[in-house]
Formats: sequence, structure tokens, C-alpha cells
Amino acid sequence: MTSTGDSLSVDHIARAKTAALEAIGKASSLDALKEVKIHHVGDKSELAKANQALGKMEPTDRAEFGKVIGQAKTVVADAFDDRQGVLEKERDTKVLIEERVDVSIAARRTPKGGLHPLTVLTNEICDLFLGLGYRVAEGPELEAEWLNFDVLNIPADHPARTMQDTFFIEPLDSHLVLRTHTSPVQARTMLTQDPPIYVICPGRTYRADELDATHTPVFSQVEGLVIDKGITMADLKGTLDYFARAVFGPDVKTRLRPSFFPFTEPSAEVDFYFNGRWIEWGGCGMVNPKVLVACGIDPEEYSGFAFGMGLERTLMVRHGITDMHDIVEGDIRFTQAFGTGVK
Amino acid sequence: MKVPLSWLSEYASISKTTKVSEIEDAFVRVGFEVEGVDEQGTNIKGPLVVGKVLSIQAVEGQKKPIRYVGLDCGEKQNRFVICGATNFAEGDLVVVALPGAVLPGDFAIAARQTYGHTSDGMICSAKELGISEEHAGIIVLPEGKLGEDALTLLEAKDTIFDIAINPDRGYALSIRGLAREIASSLGVSYKDPAGDIDVKKFALNKEGIQVSLDDPKGANIIYIRTLSGFDSSAKSPMWMRRRIEKCGMRSISLAVDITNYVMLELGQPLHAFDSAKVEGSLHIRRANKEKTFTTLDNVVRNVSDEDLVVADNKKALALAGTMGGLDSEVTEQTTGLAIEAARFEPIAVAKNSRRHKLSTEASRRLERAVDPALAEIASARAADLLIELGGAAHIGSAMDGSLPKPSVITLNPDFISQLLGVEISHDVVALKLEIVGCTVDKKVLGKWLITPPSWRADLLTPADLTEEVARLVGYDHIPSTLPTGKSGATLNPSQARRRSIGLMLADKGYSEVYNYPFVNQEMVDLLGFVGPRAASFKLANPMSDQAPLLRTHLLPGLLDAAKRNLSRGAKDVAIFEIGSVFRDVAKLSTPKSLPISQRPSQSEIESVFATVPAQPLFVVAVVAGQLDRSGWWGKGRKFDWSDATTQAMEIIEATGNIGKIVQSDLAPWHPGRCAEIQVNGKPVAHAGELHPRVLEALGLPARTCAFGVILSELPVQHNVSAPQVITMPAATQDVSFFVGADVAASAVQSALVAGAGELLESIVLFDRFISSDDGKVSLAFTLTFRAPDRTLTAEEVSTYREAAVASAAKSCGAQVRA
Repeated sequence: MTSTGDSLSVDHIARAKTAALEAIGKASSLDALKEVKIHHVGDKSELAKANQALGKMEPTDRAEFGKVIGQAKTVVADAFDDRQGVLEKERDTKVLIEERVDVSIAARRTPKGGLHPLTVLTNEICDLFLGLGYRVAEGPELEAEWLNFDVLNIPADHPARTMQDTFFIEPLDSHLVLRTHTSPVQARTMLTQDPPIYVICPGRTYRADELDATHTPVFSQVEGLVIDKGITMADLKGTLDYFARAVFGPDVKTRLRPSFFPFTEPSAEVDFYFNGRWIEWGGCGMVNPKVLVACGIDPEEYSGFAFGMGLERTLMVRHGITDMHDIVEGDIRFTQAFGTGVK
Repeated sequence: MKVPLSWLSEYASISKTTKVSEIEDAFVRVGFEVEGVDEQGTNIKGPLVVGKVLSIQAVEGQKKPIRYVGLDCGEKQNRFVICGATNFAEGDLVVVALPGAVLPGDFAIAARQTYGHTSDGMICSAKELGISEEHAGIIVLPEGKLGEDALTLLEAKDTIFDIAINPDRGYALSIRGLAREIASSLGVSYKDPAGDIDVKKFALNKEGIQVSLDDPKGANIIYIRTLSGFDSSAKSPMWMRRRIEKCGMRSISLAVDITNYVMLELGQPLHAFDSAKVEGSLHIRRANKEKTFTTLDNVVRNVSDEDLVVADNKKALALAGTMGGLDSEVTEQTTGLAIEAARFEPIAVAKNSRRHKLSTEASRRLERAVDPALAEIASARAADLLIELGGAAHIGSAMDGSLPKPSVITLNPDFISQLLGVEISHDVVALKLEIVGCTVDKKVLGKWLITPPSWRADLLTPADLTEEVARLVGYDHIPSTLPTGKSGATLNPSQARRRSIGLMLADKGYSEVYNYPFVNQEMVDLLGFVGPRAASFKLANPMSDQAPLLRTHLLPGLLDAAKRNLSRGAKDVAIFEIGSVFRDVAKLSTPKSLPISQRPSQSEIESVFATVPAQPLFVVAVVAGQLDRSGWWGKGRKFDWSDATTQAMEIIEATGNIGKIVQSDLAPWHPGRCAEIQVNGKPVAHAGELHPRVLEALGLPARTCAFGVILSELPVQHNVSAPQVITMPAATQDVSFFVGADVAASAVQSALVAGAGELLESIVLFDRFISSDDGKVSLAFTLTFRAPDRTLTAEEVSTYREAAVASAAKSCGAQVRA
């Protein structure tokens, strides 16, 4: 027994136990109790050291001391657990109550930002059509007159080509206009890609209208174009139905009304039934074979449809916006209300 | 166009039991938008009778004229009423509402005491009866029996449809056209009003005024019918007046009313010249002999050589298809008439109308193409009416030109089903085309020959015929199918990048705005733009002279928007816009005009693309005030140049690019607080505080900041190579230096990095101050080292540190602080 020294005397163990129990009893907080644990309960405590020393003892002594140490450890551990239970209860009933804050004052320390609702809507529409296998096609806002008009079968004398409707760039013989629709993007796509073509074309467009509650000279459009073998007007209708339901809700109804556009034949206006009334949404139709020919697509082999809607109008109807000024003036309160469109 | 149901029903056998809403739907179904329905006469209750004015006695001492009027309404006793109108005289026939009558607006008529008399009824205006907006005075009737029911005489009960006509359907600007459409939509029979007219009785001869198409491109065909002995005192009959009024026009005089009536009925605009004022014959020519021309609205107009006119041997008498001239106008003295009916070239009329800003009932029809067959028929119809109602006699008729040859379309009837996506039988195809007025020759299977009617110049291709069949079958019969493209569609990198950056900024508290891209020179000058940023495209027709230029930068719009927000009470503003700008002005060139009958050659197409200037995509933000706000937690922090710069860097880093910050002084930034950020040595962004002079001029708060990144200049980066994550412990070393005031911290940092060796993991500038003694700058960095395979020893780390310090000393003159 001499080789193990003081640490393995029964007395020593008893003292260590007493000291541990005393320290546990004196610990007045959970933090203090944690300190006590290091010195009296954990791996570096006297009792733990004694336990480690057991290995070096004669087997005959080992059983006896083992028992004494084991009992002491159990007593200390139980006392520790009891004390911890008492202190935790005390913390729960008193300290945490004292630490109570008024959670109602929690506030953002940065302002709420947001995407413009036109961006939110554009993103939504692009995602919808990406899901149908369309690509998102874009083009320049300042555009060649030929691409904005001629190639779309809008001849030089068409009323839409007057200065009352279209913004022209000086000098006029530069033949540049601010695009009046996103259709030149369709033309560019058809001129540079082979069918099948499935594209959705969002973008800013320009017409010489005065800003008022329902008009703006700078507005946003989204157009769709499909050119493939065997594309029918039923396909156009189905696509518009799908689009309308996604934007306005599953119960929305659509209807096509015969109409006229130089770049489609047959042409139609598409209306949707929303909140008890028919609302004009946009124009559409089967791509006029003249346009296909001008773009080098064989109308005997391919057919296609196109549609186009104003995004401001869509937004106004869907969100109950009554004044166009709110959309164009950049008031942060307006943008903030729409957030980022994350659902 | 406004059309009364009563008139339509004369040619389309619409059942009396058909509801107004059914008619409305039927119009919409075949492509005619109904812009309004006016159900007249439904809220009037008689007795309303025709009365003759026997006596008029002014009631004295009133501020406005008040008259006490004696009336014979075919009753035993005369009736007296008070009336405020003055547009009638003794002997006139008027409409009298007797006590018991109820006018629109629940206006009950009763005998009452007023202005010292008993008023025993009321003399009515058209407006009071709800049949016209005309309220210049009471209705004076051209005819009528005393005591007759005035509601019947006035045809007061009617339904007026206001129909929008698409530009390809000129024929539908008439009762003839709309009756055909509504009859086919409702499936009822139709009678062509042009079919009843006997043109043979007005033989062509040399007796009347002759006509020649001097400019054969000005018109296909023209008819002139000359009449004499017209009774200019004859009045338009009530039925004609009422029909003209119901169509939204005004009754003027019998001769003019007849031309308008026939135009409304058939769709052919007519012009009546006073034949006594025509010298020689009539000519269709360009106005190359005239400088000015006075139209019948008494406006002297400068004419262009291109204007198409109807002239006599001496001078122009009318702007063709647009408006007649004052000199040859029909007047109260006119007894001889020359009626012109022409199928002018639509583009020529459109140009006349546009050049003189004169959109008339005639030009609206002629520029949409009028049925060339109508010139003969409508002029005959007008002559008939002038003879019947005005006592005129036909002297002679003349014509020039010819009917255009109808185009014949080869149609495979199956094409229609294929394009519509619904099976339509050959029988139905043929039937619908015949209803439209086409002749269908089915002799060759799969190659039908379709001849459109003369009034359908718009039908040229199988696609045009498909629309006709589709709208008559009903677009609602087309089913709904959903085609899809190839799977795997995604946003392209530029689109995905734009979306991520928008979300990033929104999440950080910025609000996105969309500004108009219009600016003015003052703003360009104020912002100090030079070079490509000062060279703006100019609009030929701006919305406002205040903003005739296109933006070369997004800042002008953002600064305006920031100001607007502040003026509306916002204290802090953080806004951004993602958009294109317009530069490259120098490259403007004139493209060739390319035909569209086939695809232009690749080089021609590329030459068109090349005329369009590049329009780089920017993201720009303006921040005034705090983005870290003050609150109960303490003071906030004003957004500063460093925030602007790091935000721009974050955007660049978000795209996987590595930016390098260099000092800049680009306007409109503060010349000492502007960072340029380069990627691969090329500037892609600027950020910092804005120039105080600019802020002051715009009334924006001091220290307002901005950053702009050219998104389209950032290269698309592909896969990142994964870093080696080392788990060995790190060793840190702090170093601090003094450097000269002109040495950039980034240069010192670069030198440290270069000298520290490859085990340097990171470097952070943790302190910077300027010495009050000598103005030198103190910089303190923490260097973190880590080796992949071992724990670094203190000696080793110290060696690296010394090497880094030596490098900084050598390249930047950095002196280690004691």
C-alpha cells in the first residue's frame, strides 16, 4: 500500500468525499456548480485520481478500495445531481424570469428591401415557362425599325409607325426606335435560330402615351413564341389557359375574341374573367406565314403561335393597384410591400 | 361605329325575342368588340305628342329668357306651357310631354304653377328624352300630325350598339357590313342593302360633269353623278335624321344628310359638290399646283405635293377622301349637285388624314379600304334619294378606272383543321366561307379555289381564310392543349445573375425601382459626364422637351427617385435599378430597307443587327442616410463610401469574379472618395460618395453614396476548384507599419501577401490611423499561416512574418512600428 501513497488511504477518500459534498452544498449557482464539478466530480477530482490508482494496486486490495471509492463516487454524484436539480429549478423559476425581455420590441436593424413587383411578376412568369421548356429571350430596347416593324409585317405606312405612337431617334435615317413591343426579340430569335423555338420574351417597351392612371410611355411586356411542327391554335389556347391560371388563380377563365394584328393570322384578343368581369389581357394568334417567310422559316413545315401581355395591367388587376403612378415613381413604400416574391 | 338595332334588323332578321346581351355576345364572338350599349327610350312613358306652336309670350323680369307658349296638340283645347328654350318659332312642330308622362331619370310631368302661369306639360329636348346628347334646344320636328305619338315618330325606343372595328375590316363600318356579321353570328338570314339598288337607270353619258383619274395610283375607280333641280329648302325626313343621329352624327341639310346616310348604310363615303362651282371636269391628282387649300371647316391648310385631291380644271376642290373644300361646298342656294363616290387608295387617304390631322368619317372608312364595287352602287343610291326627297333630276353620270381583279386563293380545306387544332368538315369550311361572301370552287380535291368578295381586300392567304372560318365556327370551339419545348430549359447566366443580384440587394434592405430612361442635357452636365457618358441619343419626338435624351447611366433616374422619396418623408433611402443604358452614339448608320418577301441574306441581317448600338446592363444603387438604423438598441450608422465600395465588390464576387479596388476620381463621385473596381484589369464598377456639388444642386443629403456595376462586363465564371480545407492548427502574427500618406493600404497588403509565402492563409487590416505627428499612416494587419501537414513552429512563422515585412518595406517603404 505504500507505493500508492496518500491518495489511497480510506481516510483520504473520506476527506475527498466530505470536501466534495461540502462544495456541492455551497454552490449557489449553476456556474459555481460547474466549477465544483471540475474539482470534485470530474476526471481531475481526488476521487477520480484514486480510482485511476486502483490499477496499480495488488489485486487483493483492489476489490476493497474499489468498493470504498465506488460508494464515495456514487454519494458525490447523487449529491451533485440533486444540487443541479435544485439550482436548475431555481434558475427556471427565478433567474430566467428576471432575464425576461419585452420581445415585442424586436425590430429589423436594416430596412426591409424589395424587388419591384414587375420584377417579381417577370420572375414568376419566366419560371412558369421554363417549366414548359421555354427559354427566356431578350433583346435591345433601342431597336432597328426593320426588326420592330417591317419584318413583323407592319409596313411603312402603318399608323403604329407614326410619331404619335413610336419614339424615334434622331437622325430619322438611323431608323432606330425605342421598341414598341418585345416582338423584335421574337424576330431576332426566328432570324438566328432554327425551329423548334419555345421562347418567352419579357422586357421594357415604349409608346408615346402620356402618363396617367392607366397609361405609361415606358411599360413592360411579356411575349411568348412557339414555332414547331404541327402547332395549332388549340396549343395557343391551352398555353394561355395554363398561363392565366398560374397568374390569376386556378379558377380563372379565359376567352379568345377574333382580332387583328399584322404579325398573326388568325389573331385574337385574350380576355380573362376575374372578380366578376371580363378583362382584356393581351393579343395573340398564329404566327402569320408572311412573318415566318421573312425569317426564313418554311410555313409548309412549321407553324407557330405568339402572344403578348402588358405586365403593368396584369399587376394592376392582380394586386388591385389603381394608379399607374405607383408603378413608375419608385416610391420605396410601394416596392417594399411586395418583398422579393419568395413563396 | 354606333349602329341602331332597328336599322340592323332591316337587313339581318334578328328575332324580336333575341336579348340585347345575346346580340352583344354575338358581335364579340365574331370579332367585334362592343364598347357600349345604349338602350334608348326604355325609361320614357307617354303621353308624348306632336304639338304646333301657336303663340309665344315672353315672361318679363327674369334673368334668363322664359316663354309662355300656346300649343295645339290636336286636343279640343289649346295647351299652355312654360319653356326656357328659344330655338323655335310660331308654327313650328315640337314634342310635348303631357301631364302623366315620365321622362328618363324618373322625371314626372305634371301641371304646375311657375313664373306666374300654369304650365300644362313640357316641350322636350332630345337630351331630355335620352335619345341624344344634343341639348342646344328643344326638338323642332320636320313633319308630324298634331297629337300623333311623338315617341313613335322619333323612333325613340331603340338599342344602339357602339362597335369597335379592327383596321382590317373597313367593310364593317356600315350597316351593310355589321348586319352581315350579326346575321352570320346569330345564324339568321341576311339581305344585302346594296343588292336592291338599280344602277342601270343612271346611264353613263357626257351630259354631266366628267371625271378622270389623272393619278391612276390615287384611286381604283370613281363615279360622278350630276343632278339638277334640287330643292334646297327640302328637309331631311324624320326617319333619316333619326338614323343619322343614332349613328352618332348630326343632321345638317338634306343633301349632306343623304351622303352621310348612304355612307352609314353601305360604307361608301360620298362627297357632294355644288355643280355650279365646278369648272370643267373633275380630276384625281396630287396637289402639286396648290400651296394652300381651305377645307369646309374654314381652315386654310398648307398642302403637300403628295396630298391627293379632287380638282376641277382650275383648282383643288377636296382633299380626297378626307374633307371637302369651302369653295365648292353645298349651300342653301345649291340646286345642282355632283356626287362623288371613289375607291381611293387607302394609303393615300391615310397620309392625307395624318398630314392634316383630319380624321373624318370618310377617311376612317377609306383608309381601311372600301369595297370598290360600291362606288357605282352608292352613288346611284344617293342619286335615288336626291330625286325622291329633294326633287332633283339626273343629268348624267361619268366614271373612270376599273374594278380591281379579285385575288384567287388556293386552299386545302384540311389546312384549316390542322392550324386550328380542331376537326372542321369540308362542308362547314365551304359554308362559312360562303357566308363571308367568298365563292368556293371545290372542283379539285385539296386545292379549292376561293374568290373573296369585293369588300374583303384583306383576304389574301389560307391563313386569312382560316380566321374567317374560325371566328364563324367560334373560337370557343377550339380545344385547349398544352405543348412543351425541350426539357432542361434554364435561365442563361446573365439572367440568373441579374435575378440573384436583385435578391441580394433586396435582402440587404435596398428597394428596386424602375425609372424612365429619359434625361436632359442639364442633368448630363451637372453630373459631369464626359466622353461616351455625355453622348446621348436624342429622341425625335420626346414626351417632353424637358427630357429629350436617352440615359447613358442609371444615376439620373435614381437620383430623381431618391429625391422623390425624401420629399415624401423618407429619412433613409436605399434604392437600386437594374437596366440598360444607351451609349455608342457615334456608330449610327443608315440601314438598307429590306423587303420581307423572303429571308434577307445573312449579311443583310447582320448589317441590320449592326445598326443597333450595344446597350450595356448596369446595376446602380443610391443610398442616402442609414442602412444600419438607429433604434432602442443604440445609434445606427450612416452608409458611407466604404459600404458602397464593398457592396459593389460583393456583387462582383457573387458572380465568381475577383475585383481589384483602385483609387479613382470619376464624376459624379467625390474626387477623393471614389473607388474604381477592376476585373482582369478592366474597370467594371465605380463606388463611393457622390460629389458634394452634385448633391447640393439636387437637394440631396450630404454624403449620399452610390455604386454602379456593369453587369454585362463581368465575365461568366464556371466551376470553382475546391479549396483544400486544412485541419492543422493556424498561427497568427500581427504586424504594424507606418507608411506615407500616398501609399494605398491595398499596395501594402499586396506586398505582404507576396512576401509571406504560400502558407499565408489570410490577411486582415485590423487598424488604421493617421499619426498626428508627421501625417504618416499607421496600418496594422493580422497574418494567419497554416501548413497542410504539420503544426507550424514559432520560429518558422516568425521567418515568414519577417519575409512579409521585408517585402512591404521594399515595395511600399513601410516602416515597422516599434
